[in-house]
Amino acid sequence: MISSTDLTALLITFKLAAITTLVLLLLGTPLAWWLSRSRWRYKFLIEAVVALPLILPPTVLGFYLLVMIGPHGPLGQLSAMAGFQPLAFTFTGLVVGSVFYSLPFVVQPLQGAFTAIGQRPLEVAATLRASPLDRFLTVVMPLARPGFLTAAVLGFAHTVGEFGVVLMIGGNIPGETQVLSIAIYDHVEMLEYGQAHWLSGGLLLLSFLLLITVYGINRRFSVVQP
Amino acid sequence: MSTIEARFKIQRESFTLDVDFTIPTRGVTALFGPSGCGKTTLLRAIAGLEATPHGYLRVGDAIWQQQTHFIPPHQRPVGYVFQEPSLFAHLNVLNNLKYGQKRIPVAEQRISLDHAINLLGIEHLLMRSPAQLSGGEQQRVAIARALAVSPHILLMDEPLSALDHQRKQEILPYLESLHDELNIPLLYVSHSPEEVARLADQLIYLEGGKITASAPVEQILTQLDLPLAHGDEAKALIHAQVSHHDDHYKLTHLSFSGGAFAVAQKQFAIGHPVRLQVAARDVSLTLERQSGTSILNIFPATIEEIVDESPSQKMVRIRVGDAILLSRITRKSASQLRLTPGKAVYAQIKSVALLS
Repeated sequence: MISSTDLTALLITFKLAAITTLVLLLLGTPLAWWLSRSRWRYKFLIEAVVALPLILPPTVLGFYLLVMIGPHGPLGQLSAMAGFQPLAFTFTGLVVGSVFYSLPFVVQPLQGAFTAIGQRPLEVAATLRASPLDRFLTVVMPLARPGFLTAAVLGFAHTVGEFGVVLMIGGNIPGETQVLSIAIYDHVEMLEYGQAHWLSGGLLLLSFLLLITVYGINRRFSVVQP
Repeated sequence: MSTIEARFKIQRESFTLDVDFTIPTRGVTALFGPSGCGKTTLLRAIAGLEATPHGYLRVGDAIWQQQTHFIPPHQRPVGYVFQEPSLFAHLNVLNNLKYGQKRIPVAEQRISLDHAINLLGIEHLLMRSPAQLSGGEQQRVAIARALAVSPHILLMDEPLSALDHQRKQEILPYLESLHDELNIPLLYVSHSPEEVARLADQLIYLEGGKITASAPVEQILTQLDLPLAHGDEAKALIHAQVSHHDDHYKLTHLSFSGGAFAVAQKQFAIGHPVRLQVAARDVSLTLERQSGTSILNIFPATIEEIVDESPSQKMVRIRVGDAILLSRITRKSASQLRLTPGKAVYAQIKSVALLS
């Protein structure tokens, strides 16, 4: 059965995924919008940076993040000067790491959805007196709803499955930074296969349900929209 | 009289739009020309949708663009109908119509939603989603949506070009009623001579990004140095009005400055203005007034200009009263009748089409 440390790990995992998804939607939306609209010739450089976590081993990403936010890293020193606690091996540090780690999973679906809308609906809205922000809220957001849903669920699910980055910058502090994937690893290390089964099976089922929901809803949308 | 004054110079890959014109802010002005001549770019520049660093645009008393002063599109009191209907897919027809209408102050609402809906005949479509409408219905909704913002000027970019012939015939009457019922100037992009003849009062002829002619439509249609006055479809336009009904023979007489046409009876009140279209191929010329002919519409005319149409044909511009007509005749006839500019002739008109 699930022990209380496992339950805590589960809660931390979901809290981390939820906060990360929220931060990513807030940061990723303007970034994706800019990527879909900008005609800057070096835009591809930014696109490549956004896509890096897709191919980089998470340990590499985690290692550099650790160097950055550690007490001697630039971000670590900055946060120390600002009077904050060091980020390494804290939950906040995990959020920072997860945001980088899951960035492409949120930005790319959004960018695709924004690009697919095209210029025309925005021009129509402009001739119907809608200001740029108004156009974004009343035309882009509703038309890109399937993109937002995909971005949110992929960002969430990908963060839930995070392992390498967490291990590098969060460590394995139960009740603080120990997440589900690491709890499973620990169980297997200690040959507690029963508990590993419970957690793994639960995670598998949950991820599958999430994806079924997204694809199901998006399919319904695609029927309504040309 | 209030006018629209525009100067634009816009560089594009395939052409440079370089225009400078003034048109009255009333009636229908057609932007006419072959595709790729810059008509759409010009219309977009007027709406503020096109980035135009060096331009000047004044509509009535308001300056919309001058040097660094540029009113963004959403602050310009225009209605815009795009080539494709472009309805918002996430809103039903009613909410599409309301989208613009609810964004203008109540004090500026001169055309009510109901009026726009009635004019375009879309009462029965309000609760449907755009995907459930035919192309013609979608375009009618798009036109009503543009009207519902009570625009000071209505800009239409070939609103019928994406539709088949039948759908065009379905929408044209609605456009004509706009023309007659609403006192809004209309700038209409078209490459169809038929639409232009039916709708336009004046015409700006664009070619390769430049204006080659800008004049009342009846003048441009018969200007022999422009392509519209040539070919099988060459037509003249005459403004006339109903003068009396002949109940015995079931005819209606339509008078204009050069006389009166007799056409099959129409249910129009006396004094009702009509547009008549006379094809050049339906006009023959005689030196004396023919008797013993079945043709009713014969008018004394003066030859103004004769040009070669083809190796065997000539196109003749003639004046009947103040009206101008075209007549396409064989080169042989022209030579046998010794037709020259200034000569008095009779124009026999085989058929005439009533446009409105």
